[in-house]
Amino acid sequence: MRTWIEKQKYLIDFTLSSLARRKVKNLGLLFLYTVIVFLLASVMLFTQALRREAAASLAGAPDVIVQRMVAGRHDLISPDYIGKLGNLRGVRKTESRLWGYYYDPIERANYTVMVPGSAGQEGVSTGRVAVGQEIARRLGLTLNGKILLTAYSGESRSFDIARFLPLESELLTADLLLMSEEDFRSFFGYPAGQYTDIALTVVNPQEVHNIAGKIANRLPDSRVILREEILRTYDSIFNWREGVVLALLSGAVIAFAIFALEKASGLSADEKREIGILKAIGWETGDVIRMKFWEGALISLTAFFLGYTAAYLHVFRFAAALFEPVLKGWSTLYPQFELVPTLDGFELATLFFFTVFPYALATIVPIWRAAVTDPDSVMRGSL
Amino acid sequence: MIELAGVRKAFNQGRPNEFWALNGIDLNLAPQQATVFFGPSGSGKTTLLTIVGCLARPTAGRVRLNGQDISGLPERFLTGLRRRTFGFIFQQFNLVRGLSATENVMLPAYPLGGDWRELKERAETLLDSLKLSHRRTARVEWLSGGEQQRVAIARALVNDPEVLIADEPTANLDTALSNEFLGILETLAGEGRSLLLTSHDPLVVESSVVRRVVALRDGRIVGDR
Repeated sequence: MRTWIEKQKYLIDFTLSSLARRKVKNLGLLFLYTVIVFLLASVMLFTQALRREAAASLAGAPDVIVQRMVAGRHDLISPDYIGKLGNLRGVRKTESRLWGYYYDPIERANYTVMVPGSAGQEGVSTGRVAVGQEIARRLGLTLNGKILLTAYSGESRSFDIARFLPLESELLTADLLLMSEEDFRSFFGYPAGQYTDIALTVVNPQEVHNIAGKIANRLPDSRVILREEILRTYDSIFNWREGVVLALLSGAVIAFAIFALEKASGLSADEKREIGILKAIGWETGDVIRMKFWEGALISLTAFFLGYTAAYLHVFRFAAALFEPVLKGWSTLYPQFELVPTLDGFELATLFFFTVFPYALATIVPIWRAAVTDPDSVMRGSL
Repeated sequence: MIELAGVRKAFNQGRPNEFWALNGIDLNLAPQQATVFFGPSGSGKTTLLTIVGCLARPTAGRVRLNGQDISGLPERFLTGLRRRTFGFIFQQFNLVRGLSATENVMLPAYPLGGDWRELKERAETLLDSLKLSHRRTARVEWLSGGEQQRVAIARALVNDPEVLIADEPTANLDTALSNEFLGILETLAGEGRSLLLTSHDPLVVESSVVRRVVALRDGRIVGDR
């Protein structure tokens, strides 16, 4: 056992010195390899973290939303609809909600304006508003300061800033503005007794589909939106965005694959000669293959480790600065938030499988071909 | 110690360019003796050396090492045998560029494992005995031809083999360096090692260290003295 360990130590020692002897080639390969792993891992880590963030933020959202439809368009809904819903078994809470959009022509951004209460938000009194972090940043708002908005009637309205919405939910609340029902109705000229939609909280999540079916039967002029559908939509958006970025990166990936294959599969004359010498002086074919395999594995593992670590820091420490504009945000306001660092074993394994594995395999065949060379070829000078 | 019976060796067998490098060699090589295979280029002396040194297997015939038939052994066993029994000095020295003299000397011992410090000491002692201790950390490509050959000799000796094999050892050396090499051979023969050389250099063939000269032509033995 001790001899075996010492033999492996010699092999590793020789592998390292062999790598050092071909510094330019190996450092170039390592650099490119690291960049590719970094790009792929960044996209994967970022979209995965965004998906988690969205799911976590939506955890408190209502299970079912009912919206009235007129000619295929979302219309206002009256609280009578709550009555029409009747006593649905399995529904814990039913409430009507008020929300809409406000376009800020100066910032050229849409804000979501909502009356708190439905999603468990803390209320705001008349004349006061609670604003999302990104709006506050953009407009340079201060707590207890004022915000000036143009009402739909055209007159300017001033509101006191009651509070800022918490940073933790910024992915979803960056552009949110909360105001009282009275302010909301007068600001938008919203008809009295009408609401935007109705939110339902369900006792057993397994029953959501049954309840949705019943609502659709009872209210044929309404559409039913499930929270899981919203989550699925977010998921698709992030998947789609991830796909777009990966498609853009595919050129780089293919270029690298060709480069790596060429470097890995074509042994230089010098390397072939070296293998011949090692065999002639008593190295077994297995020793040579192991040594060369470790060489490839060392490069790909180091690149994987460096690339993944850099991607991790890029995403969770530097907020994915490279991909932020493409992968994050859905209006002209880009939320700023700290992603919670997470590692997904499956994604890590996938990335490992698609980066380290092909390279290691690509190196094996040419090495094996060179390693089975007759040792006497060195003596005959045919190498 | 080494017996060859009816040894033949073909290259590209079965193809139009088939070539028989050895054509029926019968030979007995006694231990602790310096033997030179002498002959013109293409006479088969290097091929004979590769078969004796377990670098290649004969196409036909038998090779016995200390009574054991080794002609049909699989590569793995041949490698082990080669590592324990033979040390090689190649015509082009075949040192690994980028490695120091000491590292080159240590290379044949890597597959055996063993203590690194001990191995390094052994390599340095060998380099010292060949008057190369001052160049032990130098990369081999920075060494002169004579120095490179001495590194190759030290490398051949690192596993303490019974037989030292040298292919055209003086082909790349001037007269002074050739004499220096023969002096080293004298010392090694004095230590009781068997020496097998190929050469067409009269300096080697007529050297006092050489006890036997086997002349080859067209893959056959044409003289033995």
